[in-house]
Amino acid sequence: MSDVVEKTLTALPGLFESQTGAAKITNRLRQLIKSITELTSKHEEENLIKRELSAIKEQVSSPNTTMKQMREIMVRAMYCEMLGYDASFTYIHAIKLAQQGGVLEKRVGYLAVSLFLNEGHELLLLLVNTVLKDLQSTNLIEVCMALTVVAQVFPKDMIPAVLPLVEDKLSHPKEIIRRKAVLALYKFYLIAPNQVQHIHAKFCKALSDKDPGVMASSLHIYLQLIRESPDSYKDLTGSFVTILKQVLGGKLPVDFNYHSVPAPWLQIQLLRILSLLGKEDQSTSELMYEVLDESLRRAEMNHNITYAILYECVKAVYTIHPKAELLEKAARCIGNFVLSPKINLKYLGLKALTYVVQHDAKLALQHQMTIIECLDHSDFTIKRETLELLFRITNAQNVTVIVEKMLDFLRSCNDEHTIIHLIGKVAELAEKFAPDNSWFIQTMNDVFSIGGDLLQQDVPNNFLRLLAEGSESKEEDDQLRLYAVESYLTVLKGHTSHLPQCFLQVMSWVLGEYAHLQESVDRREVIRLLTQLLDQRSVSSETRVWILSALTKIPEGQTDLILDLAESLSSSQDTVLRQQAQELRHLSQDSQLREWVLPRGAPWDGIEVDSSLSFLDGFVSEALAAGAAPYKPPHQRQEELCEDRALNLEPYSFSLPVSLSSCSITDRQSPTLLSVSSGLSGNSAELSQKAGSSTLILEGVKRVWGKDGYLPQKEATAPPVDEPSAAVQPASQQEAAERIEPRPEPSTQNQDKQQLASSLFVGLGVGSSVSLLGKSEAPPPRFRKKPRPHESSSSSGTSKRSSDSSSHSSRNTTDSFLYGSFPEEEPATSISTFDHTPKSTTANGLSQNKDTKEDRHANTSQILGGDMVIVRPSTIQDKHPPSVSSDLTALLPADLKDLPHSDVISLTSDPSLSLSSCRLFRDEALLLVIFISNCTETVIKDVAVQLTCEELKTASLRGNVMDCLEARSTSVCHYALLMDDPHTNVSLTGTVSYQTQPGHTNTLPFSGTLSTADFIRPLVVTTEEYGKLWLSLSHDVKQNLKLLTDAGDPLRTTLNALKDALQLHVVDIIGKTSFSSLTFT
Amino acid sequence: MIKFLLMVNKQGQTRLSKYYEQVELGKRAALEADVVRGCLARRKEECSFVEYKDYKLVYRQYAALFIVVGITENENELSIYELVHNFVEVLDKYFSRVIMFNLDKVHIILDEMILNGHIVETNKNRILAPLLALDKMAES
Repeated sequence: MSDVVEKTLTALPGLFESQTGAAKITNRLRQLIKSITELTSKHEEENLIKRELSAIKEQVSSPNTTMKQMREIMVRAMYCEMLGYDASFTYIHAIKLAQQGGVLEKRVGYLAVSLFLNEGHELLLLLVNTVLKDLQSTNLIEVCMALTVVAQVFPKDMIPAVLPLVEDKLSHPKEIIRRKAVLALYKFYLIAPNQVQHIHAKFCKALSDKDPGVMASSLHIYLQLIRESPDSYKDLTGSFVTILKQVLGGKLPVDFNYHSVPAPWLQIQLLRILSLLGKEDQSTSELMYEVLDESLRRAEMNHNITYAILYECVKAVYTIHPKAELLEKAARCIGNFVLSPKINLKYLGLKALTYVVQHDAKLALQHQMTIIECLDHSDFTIKRETLELLFRITNAQNVTVIVEKMLDFLRSCNDEHTIIHLIGKVAELAEKFAPDNSWFIQTMNDVFSIGGDLLQQDVPNNFLRLLAEGSESKEEDDQLRLYAVESYLTVLKGHTSHLPQCFLQVMSWVLGEYAHLQESVDRREVIRLLTQLLDQRSVSSETRVWILSALTKIPEGQTDLILDLAESLSSSQDTVLRQQAQELRHLSQDSQLREWVLPRGAPWDGIEVDSSLSFLDGFVSEALAAGAAPYKPPHQRQEELCEDRALNLEPYSFSLPVSLSSCSITDRQSPTLLSVSSGLSGNSAELSQKAGSSTLILEGVKRVWGKDGYLPQKEATAPPVDEPSAAVQPASQQEAAERIEPRPEPSTQNQDKQQLASSLFVGLGVGSSVSLLGKSEAPPPRFRKKPRPHESSSSSGTSKRSSDSSSHSSRNTTDSFLYGSFPEEEPATSISTFDHTPKSTTANGLSQNKDTKEDRHANTSQILGGDMVIVRPSTIQDKHPPSVSSDLTALLPADLKDLPHSDVISLTSDPSLSLSSCRLFRDEALLLVIFISNCTETVIKDVAVQLTCEELKTASLRGNVMDCLEARSTSVCHYALLMDDPHTNVSLTGTVSYQTQPGHTNTLPFSGTLSTADFIRPLVVTTEEYGKLWLSLSHDVKQNLKLLTDAGDPLRTTLNALKDALQLHVVDIIGKTSFSSLTFT
Repeated sequence: MIKFLLMVNKQGQTRLSKYYEQVELGKRAALEADVVRGCLARRKEECSFVEYKDYKLVYRQYAALFIVVGITENENELSIYELVHNFVEVLDKYFSRVIMFNLDKVHIILDEMILNGHIVETNKNRILAPLLALDKMAES
């Protein structure tokens, strides 16, 4: 290898900088590069390139420029773009070159296109014909380059035009063509998976191609497919294992070797596929133990590339179902990596270890000394990777040491990205494992001052939420709050100008809420400190708002100070501040009003909030009468914004808190019990919104530390008896789904950790026992929140009706999940209740599917058949007479009431919930409204609807997640559905999950079908417009229809029939040809 | 996955850049400058991988020339490190007789090896086959 390197070393710089050599064509280019190399400043470069570009411009537009010269010009243009200068005027010439040039010019033309244009560039359309021509060329080189460019950039909409040609190439005699065809299909699969669904069998053929290169390129497709649904490809495991065996056994031609290692990158690809297949699947894993063992054994040669393979192999061994013998070998491998003097291997070893400790934390123990060395390593990358590793093995015992190390690193780090990433982890660890209050507050102070305003907003949000919600013990909460107050007062007494805004905001909120807990501190002192902040230039106006609202909460009898302050602010230029100063003055003078607006120590939840803001009704109607525009909810505004195009699935940065949005639909009429953060924090949230940003929206924030109440260490190991009550919390839906049921096993290996000397590796014994049982299990969080009063009452309500079949079944389901088998005393009941729900519903769904399918079938055959009977497109309601009272439509949100809609049909039901749906035909999309009715007399918690449909774009517009559904009430959620590619019949499936009883989630599947007719809207165009569109709509499908003959004008009659059936818009009839148009939503 | 591949000289001038994920023209120069700075700042005995924003950079130095590859976190750094060497060996094999600058041909070679951020060919003969065929046709 060394002489290769040497040769390369000498040759390479020459490749790029040589000024000698017989080059006729590249003269101009060499000159350009030469002058660029000699440049000394950016300014000179700019001048030079500008001159060059204008020369190019002149040359490309000259009629005398030959294709050969054009090729050279194109390379120069590439060079200019590469340096960051716009050469877009050459794009069209690149396409021309690909179109008209000889082979070499063509290749450069294609190359320029692939470098200049990205997918979706409109000029690419001009390339389609050239590609089509070249794909059919007899010259293999041309076919090759066309396939290459198709796999790089090709307009998605034009795929159908080339697809048959590319498919053909899969059986081409030349391996390189087959290989490139497979890669082009892979690209199609990535950008438009529906288009290539029908050729899965051909992928399989490519996998068993006799040429190793073709087989290898098909692996890209398989890796992707298996990543998406591993279960569908388990039967291929044997093939992959055989291929890997053959590769390992040196069955490939020698030129596939790299430094005597057979096809290393192919091996890596296969190992990745195998690990995906074997994950959590014992029987599949067993098929690959042997080959993995061989792979571990073979890779003994001392070369980087064998280590790269080993790394992948180790990862595979730890991903699939474990086998002790292999694990041991893999662990030894990691040892070799970590202990290697080669720094790159050490890095990879750390990375492997980081992956592996999630499965077996004990491995870190074997390498503790190395890890400690790496922690103080001079190499930044190594240090960073080590911290990542430590983060994974943190537990309650070693948290202080590890966090200390992380903070040390952060203090000396100046890379923003690293800081944001790592500081979030520190905050996470602090919340999870804090040993005591003082440490926690101190650490969070560090987090805020180091992370500063780079911090993700959820860090301060989570922190404040933790303080505000508190735990079950008021005493402990107050201690924590008190400590925070003391700590912040100390901080504020020091030098404050360097403190980040977000830290100041956190401090002022805490002082505002909890300063009263601290008896010994003079209120005036607190006011003085906060007021001082207001005077600082560096404090942003948003922070000022936070400070002022804190000041509003503090004073009792300090009216003089406050009035002074309000006075001084009343002339402020900032209107928000002026308003707040006014509020401050009023409130400080009227203690009764203050008490009412800002009740001290009011319970967290159970505050009555008039969510419909009905007290404003009078004001609103006055405004409307005066000509004001009616209010549109944000989602509607959002919809209107993207009306022309497909729905934007990315949420905008400002999103409504989930619970509020659902309540606003269900409880529009009456004020209800609604849990809003608190009167006080609600106040600050509102204020900060006034300042133009959505800080501290506590509702809907990701909850990092779980939903359980604050429990000291002793309770963490207690049996899970009281867990369900904690689990009742309306956790954010995702979390509820991810939550792993409390494990019955108490941590028996607690004793192990005492033996470990090193503070870093304390407690890994426990961690390992947990991680072996369940890979992603989080340890019990340190801070736990108390259950809210109305929830615990509802939970007791449900437990009273334990005879109810649904709650009964849900409990049994959970029990069986927990203990692995049904309780033996009552097998009959548990099984029958367990089975009952899903069976009835799937039967429902199936019959519905079948019905529609049959009908659809009959329908099409009728149209295409001889006797042309007019049949309205079959729709769901035809088959299902409206079984649900149609007054459900009255529940439709006001803004949707006017849309044309179908009847309400029942989707599915079980004893607790019943689901019905209604289709609303909006111009740009189909809206599917789902009514969820609670049939029971109790509140149902955590209702979440999930809708999936492969063929359609679905977007939940609102209401698919609800914290609670009141007894005998109905909630509405709706989805926008878009059909991207035409389908005659689309089936929808979905599930509703809900909790009738704390911690026991029931799911109720449902399904339905939609037909094309739901998505078709007449496209009203004039004949002229139609003419313009004529050319742009190129992929038309010809279909011969028999005309209806029984009427006077057969054409018109047929058209009318079609108009009725398909909502066709008849544009014009010219002679014997009719033009009609339709559009898909 | 591979996000981009850069060839840069010690002065920080880009000799070749190929992006497998769309990056605006205006942002490329800044990214390249950042990347080069990150790699140049590192000492010989430090490891060849650096974190950069959401990417990992894998770099290798050949005399005055740096080859830097930006990859995602889930990629295998060492295999990319060796891929760079394989690429250099291919260049060496092709350009060994006539040494001159050929931006287009280097790109053509690269297109055979990496497509859409995936490694698609590493067999040197096969990587060079289309380019050699092109040369032959151009001669005749």
